Amino acid sequence: MLRFILGRMVKIALILLAITILNFCLIHMAPGDPALVMAGEAGDADPKFIEDLRAQFGLDKPFIVQLWTYVSHFATGDLGFSYRQQMPVSELILDRLPATLLLSISAFLISLILGVVAGVIAAARQGKASDSIISTIALLFYATPLFWMALMAVLLFSVQLGWMPAFGYETAASDMTGLARMLDIAHHLILPSVVLGLFFMATYVRITRASMLEVNRLDFVKTARAKGLKPSVIQRRHVLRNAILPVVTLAGLHAGQLVGGAVLIETVFAWPGIGRLMFEALQSRDYNVLLGVFTVSAALVLMFNLITDFTYRIVDPRIRLK
Amino acid sequence: MLSTTAMRRAAIAAACSIAATSGMAQETPVKGGRLDLVVQPEPTSLMIGITTNGPSLLVGGSIYEGLLRYDENLEPMPSLAKSWEISEDGLTYTFHLQEGVTFSDGEPFTSKDVVFTMKDFLMETKSKWRAIMEPVADVTAPDDTTVVVTMKEPFGPFIRSLSYNVAPMVPAHVYEGTEYATNPANDTPIGTGPYVLAEWKRGSYIELDANPNYWREGLPYLDDVVYHVVPDAASRATAFETRVVSVLPGGSVENFDIPRLAAEEGVCTTEKGWEYNAPLSWMWINNRTAPMDNKKFRQAIMYAMNREMMLKVLWNGYGKVATGPITSTIPFYDAVEPTYEYNPEKAKELLEEIGYDGKELRLLPLPYGETWQRWAEVVKQNLKAVGIPVEIESTDVAGWNQKTSQWDYDLAFTYLYENGDPAIGVARNYISSQIALGNPFNNVEGYSNPKVDELFAKAATAPSDEERQAAYTEVQKILQEDVPVAWLTELSFPTLYDCSVQGLVSTANGIGNSLGETWIKK
Repeated sequence: MLRFILGRMVKIALILLAITILNFCLIHMAPGDPALVMAGEAGDADPKFIEDLRAQFGLDKPFIVQLWTYVSHFATGDLGFSYRQQMPVSELILDRLPATLLLSISAFLISLILGVVAGVIAAARQGKASDSIISTIALLFYATPLFWMALMAVLLFSVQLGWMPAFGYETAASDMTGLARMLDIAHHLILPSVVLGLFFMATYVRITRASMLEVNRLDFVKTARAKGLKPSVIQRRHVLRNAILPVVTLAGLHAGQLVGGAVLIETVFAWPGIGRLMFEALQSRDYNVLLGVFTVSAALVLMFNLITDFTYRIVDPRIRLK
Repeated sequence: MLSTTAMRRAAIAAACSIAATSGMAQETPVKGGRLDLVVQPEPTSLMIGITTNGPSLLVGGSIYEGLLRYDENLEPMPSLAKSWEISEDGLTYTFHLQEGVTFSDGEPFTSKDVVFTMKDFLMETKSKWRAIMEPVADVTAPDDTTVVVTMKEPFGPFIRSLSYNVAPMVPAHVYEGTEYATNPANDTPIGTGPYVLAEWKRGSYIELDANPNYWREGLPYLDDVVYHVVPDAASRATAFETRVVSVLPGGSVENFDIPRLAAEEGVCTTEKGWEYNAPLSWMWINNRTAPMDNKKFRQAIMYAMNREMMLKVLWNGYGKVATGPITSTIPFYDAVEPTYEYNPEKAKELLEEIGYDGKELRLLPLPYGETWQRWAEVVKQNLKAVGIPVEIESTDVAGWNQKTSQWDYDLAFTYLYENGDPAIGVARNYISSQIALGNPFNNVEGYSNPKVDELFAKAATAPSDEERQAAYTEVQKILQEDVPVAWLTELSFPTLYDCSVQGLVSTANGIGNSLGETWIKK
């Protein structure tokens, strides 16, 4: 087991390094650079202004030197400094990460739990009205553009009914602390997490339903029925457990995308997360921030991949880790 | 003579009490309360002596102050300078500073800070300031409350270059001898303004508290000001509709949302506060290549565009059709001919006359949202109607900067601020010395005319307003005849606010320079 983990960690480190180098090259291929963007925002700039910024960012050095500087710092865990935001990149990311994780994990749990439960019900009532209703609703949420669903939710629940805050992570400058603040954040979390959760729910519904139906057709289920086990027990203990592997695979892939996957929702709801940080960094060619977010995102994908492998083993003891 | 005019202005300004400038509202101001507004995009820093983008100025303008402020006619008003004199020959400016002013860290503000800001700090950090200081021989401080600026030659625009956005006064005791760009004080700005930074939750909001030691008695009225960071335009409109924010500064929402929001009960609208910046939009025409190198082709573009319709449909009628290189709210503007009415037939005639071969043009829209994208589409339709095919090449902000600075375009949208005086904000777009590859904020179109260069130089340093006016009138005529760029509109970004908010805009620099006098009617 230990050998397995160590082997995987080395692999992860190498993949991360490769991804970082690749990203570095790709980002520098995009037209424009941060100095020009900042000069543009200043409204006017003479050549000295742009030269000073380029020197400050190290952009005046040859590409290969820039790459080496970044990679050598990266190897020591230093993600660099954002001259645009005047902060270390790691600080910027750590500042935004909790908001993103809170939103993404809530949405992930909502989509996973609702999706699996609805998928199991739909499979159990295959061909009946409830099966059609569940499938239709799930697909409807999936087919609706995410930003439109978010805007409609705001219009209904914030503007018309006034039940939910329209945007933000918490009430601005409210001086709330402790439980009051936690409840305030939870109140702000409901709309974005439910909207995002409902969007992703459809895939879990579809895959759970299909997988349950497939397992239901297998011989061991017939045997269980012949043994006189209760249908609910068969479904829960035997069918669901065998049908869940594709769901775990999907959940693993989905979990890995948590960090970067909520850009739209974070934008519409003014949620101060990593997705927005990444998008804004892309717009302003804030190379270090962009690379930092990509690296954290890639690390999470690899980590969840590892967790998925472990989960397989728990769900299905026949699977051995090598 | 400049000296007479200037002296008169100085005398009037000195006579004006600050209370009078703030007393625009009819009722008695009420103290207390919190103002919520939107800032978009999020500022990158609040240290406006270094970072001068719009959002930074909107927030930082309540923390830092300049020596002067300007009214809507761009006449100087006292700020950190309580009065000033300009010598008869226009070569010596003497500023008398307010007494008893302290920075937010408790240290006194003196003439030493002014000299440091002008001679050292801004010279290092701001390209605009370097240009303004070119005709300046020296800045000295004979005593703690007097600053004397001596000029190498008269330079009329100088008196309009001392606002918070051009020359914010920074504390010498914090910055002297340090690396300005990385000084930790940039994160905790220390100014003399009516508010101080209380909290900045990146990605969420910026909260400013009233400065308890503010030098203007009884001000500010508000307890605190909160700027919400809301990245989506539709969400900003919602934030205003639900009154989470009560002010939408100009440019915060898409133009098509403005009529709907403005029509709501209890919503007030103002176009004031943009007089100093005077944003003018135009399309750069790459004068270097055919057929754009032909003056008649450029004139045809002007005749082909229905700018009245653009203004009405895309900008809801806010703003004005531009007549030429100088915005009509800026000093020395003159309504000279030729102007270009919508006349597609005339455009076709001109194109035929020059034997235009139907070469397709590449048009670069400004990546600032829906309005600009639609604007490019309208231009494309207008030009197509007279037989000029256009391909729109969309890009993001960084790509736009790259393409324009490398002159890689045929037509490109832009807009620029004129900064209170043609010598500062207009000349740079047309004079030959400002043709420099790698910079998108100069003579990007590549227009070169020695007569124009000479007139702009003369106008900047002419000793009297009359002589300046004569030179600017002539240069406007030449440019309007030559059409180096295709002027579109004098932009106006209306501010929407809840009518209970009073005294929101009291200077030509708008909300960024006025919140000290803002109050909320109970």
